[in-house]
Amino acid sequence: MGSGNILEIRDLHTSFFTDSGVVHAVNGVDLDVPKGKITGLVGESGCGKSITAKSVMGLVRYPGRIESGSIRLDGQELTGLKEKELRKLCGQEVSMIFQEPMTSLNPVLKVGRQVAEALRVHRGATSKAEEKQEVIRIFEKVGIPEPEQRFTAYPHELSGGLRQRVMIAMAMIMNPKLLIADEPTTALDVTVEAQILRLMKNLCGENGMSVLIITHNMGVVAEICDEVYVMYAGRIVEKAPVFSLFDETAHPYTKGLLASIPRISGNPEYLSTIPGVVPNMKYLPTGCAFHNRCPLASEKCVREVPEMVETGEGHFCRCHLAKAQTARG
Amino acid sequence: MSKPLDQNIKENHSADLGDYIGPLQKVKSMCRRNPLAAVSACVILAVIILAVLAPVIAPYGEAQQDLLNRLKGPSAAHLFGTDELGRDVFSRILYGSRVSLIIGIFPPLISLVIGIILGLTAGYFGGWIDYLIMRIADVMLSFPSLLLSMALMYTLGRYANSIVCIFTALSLVGWASVARVVRSHTLSLKETEYVEAARSIGVRPAKIMLRHIMPNCIPSLIVLYTLNVPSCILSESTLSFLGIGVQPPAASWGLMVNQAKQFLFTMPWLALAPSLTIMIIVLAFNFLGDGLRDTLDPYLQKG
Repeated sequence: MGSGNILEIRDLHTSFFTDSGVVHAVNGVDLDVPKGKITGLVGESGCGKSITAKSVMGLVRYPGRIESGSIRLDGQELTGLKEKELRKLCGQEVSMIFQEPMTSLNPVLKVGRQVAEALRVHRGATSKAEEKQEVIRIFEKVGIPEPEQRFTAYPHELSGGLRQRVMIAMAMIMNPKLLIADEPTTALDVTVEAQILRLMKNLCGENGMSVLIITHNMGVVAEICDEVYVMYAGRIVEKAPVFSLFDETAHPYTKGLLASIPRISGNPEYLSTIPGVVPNMKYLPTGCAFHNRCPLASEKCVREVPEMVETGEGHFCRCHLAKAQTARG
Repeated sequence: MSKPLDQNIKENHSADLGDYIGPLQKVKSMCRRNPLAAVSACVILAVIILAVLAPVIAPYGEAQQDLLNRLKGPSAAHLFGTDELGRDVFSRILYGSRVSLIIGIFPPLISLVIGIILGLTAGYFGGWIDYLIMRIADVMLSFPSLLLSMALMYTLGRYANSIVCIFTALSLVGWASVARVVRSHTLSLKETEYVEAARSIGVRPAKIMLRHIMPNCIPSLIVLYTLNVPSCILSESTLSFLGIGVQPPAASWGLMVNQAKQFLFTMPWLALAPSLTIMIIVLAFNFLGDGLRDTLDPYLQKG
């Protein structure tokens, strides 16, 4: 806790009340993003990563809503804020980059105008020339070549990497304290991915901005994160500094994730996976949500939800077997 | 290390720019692929010019009578002959085009605006607002629109002259189909990531609707509009033919057909001239609508 965190999420519950039942997408998440650091949030598809991010931005739509919990941005409580007040913060204090650069820009608007929109929303009326100046400045900063020409380009005229840079420009133009990046590089090829990650890391260092990066890619985590949260079925199951996560993996789920990364040196005939699928969030398993896929599950795992226990310095894990595992090494 | 990468982006990117299709090229490709639409556009343009310049071009006045020359056949002096009061049919068609164009162009525009606003609101907010607006639209659509405009005109007739009545009636009848189309687009567009992105930087709902959602509906709206125009022209003609539209001595195509019906077998040109004009303008708008749909709809576009 303390004031060193830009974002503090406590016991967040976000659920979707659908006709066929209640989906507990986020089920008691605690998460901190320290100032000036890059924090990762990892997990399989459908485990609630994006909904956690959208809860922060107030983007959860009907039939979903934040049931309980607290989200504090730089000390200010966001849950229960009026929509108008939240809108004022969004884009200015905290902004978001989306997964698909192909679809997250409006195809009928020139990209320059779209980036300028944040300026207009938060700063009121400025002259068009001034706006353009500022947009071109931010385009240069995020490494868009020939920013003058790009200003009047339509999204379909840009490549995926450039579009993601435009998205970053859009998110960065108001100099937010926190940037939430929801799988920012998933849709990009590896060389562009490396560029975008480097760019985000540089921006983070230069502006003292904090980043919450959501990904399912362990490579991305290893590349840029300082601290990592692993999420499974709406809960945080492991939290660790990045090196500790890879070296002293505590949770069986995280181990499974790490083992599932295809390796050139491994057996080329066989790709390791975690057996089974993410549980249906409408019918969460009792006890530890991972018990039906866990190779080490015991009866206790079926019965009781494990608590977060500290297994190393700053390394927490939600597993009944956690202590024993680290003791073994 | 980073320089060659940036260079790479630059080169790739200029290649991308080559594929861009400007609006002028779009028009050109439409003319090539769909010459009928291009011809229709020219016809419409010509009719608009003729309507605007009617007082200059028309050889006779709108209601100028020449009782010695009643019911004459087509001749050099009277291109389409004269009617039972000796009025020049060609001149009356020119003047009548003003009514038809005003009724054809503006009421659909007004119903377009009403439909856009209501459709966006219904689709974006959903819930009871959606329910309320769409049920009203359903009622509007389930009513025969001609009957509805007639009812409206009887009610309004006491307060205003007939053209204003037709104008209002047709404006109020057409919005429901527009609202439906806009709503269905809005429902899918509001889930797109760029709308979410706009929300994430704090853009107001009204602005999201007008700046981010509405422009994406424009191709369908243009098509809908070009299809609504002829139906409004036809409604005006029908109402005038039935005697509750434009009142004599003012000229309107429907009214002219009405007045010519008693001479249908003896002097058919009196009815044929305005009827063919109605047909040509209605067909022109329909063909243009089809052509625009083919050009603007990305799903029907090849390459």
